[in-house]
Amino acid sequence: MSQMAVQDAPSAAAPNKDAKVCIGVKNLDFYYGGFHALKNVNMNFFDRQVTAMIGPSGCGKSTLLRVFNRIYSLYPEQRATGEVMLDGRNIISDNVDINELRARIGMVFQKPTPFPMSIYDNCAFGMRLYEKLSKSELDDRVEQALRKAALWDEVKDKLKQSGMGLSGGQQQRMCIARTIAQQPDVILFDEPTSALDPISTGKIEELIEELRADFSIVIVTHNMQQAARISQYTAFMYLGELIEFGPTTKIFMEPEQKRTLDYVTGRFG
Amino acid sequence: MSDTTANAAPQGQVKWGRVRQSRRISDKVLRVFATVSTMLAVFVLFWILGMLIWKGGQGISLDLFTKITPGPGTAGGGLLNAIVGSIVLTFLGIAIATPIGVMAGTYLAEYGKGSKLADLVRFINDILLSAPSILIGLFVYVILVMPFRGYSGWAGSIALAIIALPVIVRTTEDMLRLVPNSLREAGAALGAPPSIVIRQISWRAAKAGIVTGILLALARIAGETAPLLFTALNNSFWFNWNLTGGISNLPVTIYAFASAPYDNWQQLAWAGALLITAAILALSIGARSLLNRK
Repeated sequence: MSQMAVQDAPSAAAPNKDAKVCIGVKNLDFYYGGFHALKNVNMNFFDRQVTAMIGPSGCGKSTLLRVFNRIYSLYPEQRATGEVMLDGRNIISDNVDINELRARIGMVFQKPTPFPMSIYDNCAFGMRLYEKLSKSELDDRVEQALRKAALWDEVKDKLKQSGMGLSGGQQQRMCIARTIAQQPDVILFDEPTSALDPISTGKIEELIEELRADFSIVIVTHNMQQAARISQYTAFMYLGELIEFGPTTKIFMEPEQKRTLDYVTGRFG
Repeated sequence: MSDTTANAAPQGQVKWGRVRQSRRISDKVLRVFATVSTMLAVFVLFWILGMLIWKGGQGISLDLFTKITPGPGTAGGGLLNAIVGSIVLTFLGIAIATPIGVMAGTYLAEYGKGSKLADLVRFINDILLSAPSILIGLFVYVILVMPFRGYSGWAGSIALAIIALPVIVRTTEDMLRLVPNSLREAGAALGAPPSIVIRQISWRAAKAGIVTGILLALARIAGETAPLLFTALNNSFWFNWNLTGGISNLPVTIYAFASAPYDNWQQLAWAGALLITAAILALSIGARSLLNRK
């Protein structure tokens, strides 16, 4: 039943076989203090493709996402070992400028995180950090980002108003605009629709499909239909291990591992 | 157990009367005690306020704000120098305490998470928060009044600043802790270094709370007498703008005038007390409405 539902869901575009590797993960282990949360993960993420991470709660999919922009480094007790290659450099070794890395790898969180400032300033926040732009260039980039995030028409007359005053779905699209305004290489989505209603969720999914033209996207989701709808590749994780990774249609229709089959058919998790 | 009693009695009969009489009585007794205690506390408060408004209100006149404190046995006079002195000492105290307090609170909430130093600072700050103000007056007397052989407005402001400091440190830390971590992560995820996350995100999100803490600290030091007795002391002349030498101020003037044998001095003391109370009330209401508006 559940398998039928997933298979019947409108599927995303087929994976591009020629896509280059954008993030390469090799022998990655991750620890929260003494807890071994990721165990020897090896996989590649492809350029301008959407990769969905699925698996039951606590399987390590969000943890893996949080390695890519090293947001875990905010917490001294968390550490990673192994290799995560981006543009020929291992980003978890210390000679990478962590803030420069984060400017190149954007992240959208589970709950909308509007900053306590105007919509305009929210969108301009990242650009003001690393680029010297004139007022008109900044205006253009903010407008472009808001248009791409399908929010421009709703907010163009109130850019000076606080971003906290928007609805949850609008706030989340504003956070996406804020991230793409910075023109990163990769965008990480950590369950971006789990706090939103179905209509807002639909808008964000359409948005992700469009953003794939310009950005490599990694999305963690609990919703398997969502993974099937929007991703080209899917990774199934369980108890800190990568169980199976491949084109989304293969993972959902004819997985090689029994545990993957059990999960995508709703037999556990 | 409840099963057997329910089964034993015919249905519909055991339901009423299960609350024992003694419980109803104890409930009533507690209610009466709580009500009477509340009324007693409020009665005392209104008694004080009523007396203050009655006695102090009689002394409110234009002279109060335009004339300086009268000498012994001189008729009339006002509190102009004491009012100006109090405002200057209080605001100077807050101006000294605010940057230090906000930065220290920021250290505790943002940088010092889990560090031993932060725990120590927090502990000492809590002690300072409840330290008797006369002790702080004595401390400043020893380090700033005795070496310079004289009371001064500066010493008074610094004593007030030391009293305001722990209030500001504490509220700043508490308010910053209320800022969700997800906001800091979102800032960091855009590549913002900690200094920018703190200045542009954390402080902004906690602004109303931090300003409220500063206003409450202002209200706290506006009425302090003990630390000023040892530092700024008093002065019956016009305000001395370079803050050297004793500075006239409301609390010490009230202290001196209230126990003096002259009727006009006593009247001025009451009027001064009313002024301070009104100012503190206004500050508290301002702080509260600022916090609620958010």
